[in-house]
Amino acid sequence: MFAPSHFVAVLLFATFASVVFGITQRSTPKAMVRYGAYCWVLFVGVVIASSWVMFLIRR
Amino acid sequence: MASKVQIPAKTQTASPGFLYSALILGWLVPGAGHLLTGRWIRAVLLFVSIGAMYWLGIAMLGQLYAPNTGDILDMLGFVGDLGNGVFYAIGRIFDMGSTPVQLATADYGTKFIVVAGLLNFISAVDAHNLRIGRKA
Repeated sequence: MFAPSHFVAVLLFATFASVVFGITQRSTPKAMVRYGAYCWVLFVGVVIASSWVMFLIRR
Repeated sequence: MASKVQIPAKTQTASPGFLYSALILGWLVPGAGHLLTGRWIRAVLLFVSIGAMYWLGIAMLGQLYAPNTGDILDMLGFVGDLGNGVFYAIGRIFDMGSTPVQLATADYGTKFIVVAGLLNFISAVDAHNLRIGRKA
């Protein structure tokens, strides 16, 4: 059984989904890498930001 | 007076074969549609990404949805799972993903499996677009 922490699960999800988004949504290799990186940063960034919001609400 | 209308010469094009082969192959095996169109690096990346997402979901004790007529969310989950093609069939044949979800990570695993299927649908459509020349 594989039991990652919540954050590791987020990182894995963001990485795999970003690779597929990059390849399928852009045409050139350079644009694919840029868009994939952009999606990854958004995935992880939104999770970190919303985590802080929930932390502050709980306090 | 004769007009100078140029009629393009008939070019011999190779037979494209079955038009939906990349779509169907890409759905059955992640990345196979891209391999068919000659984009093997994209094919490997898609196979590894979608395959890893699916098998990590199984390893996290995620649930595989079966065909059902119950809850609408279960039906949608089944449609998402179906996107994994052969992986889904292997999971069902070997009775994987049948453990009831009890841990948070198992719930994440269920989502990993569904999202892997949905990503594979996108990947298969992309392979089809490459095949018919809609995308370079």
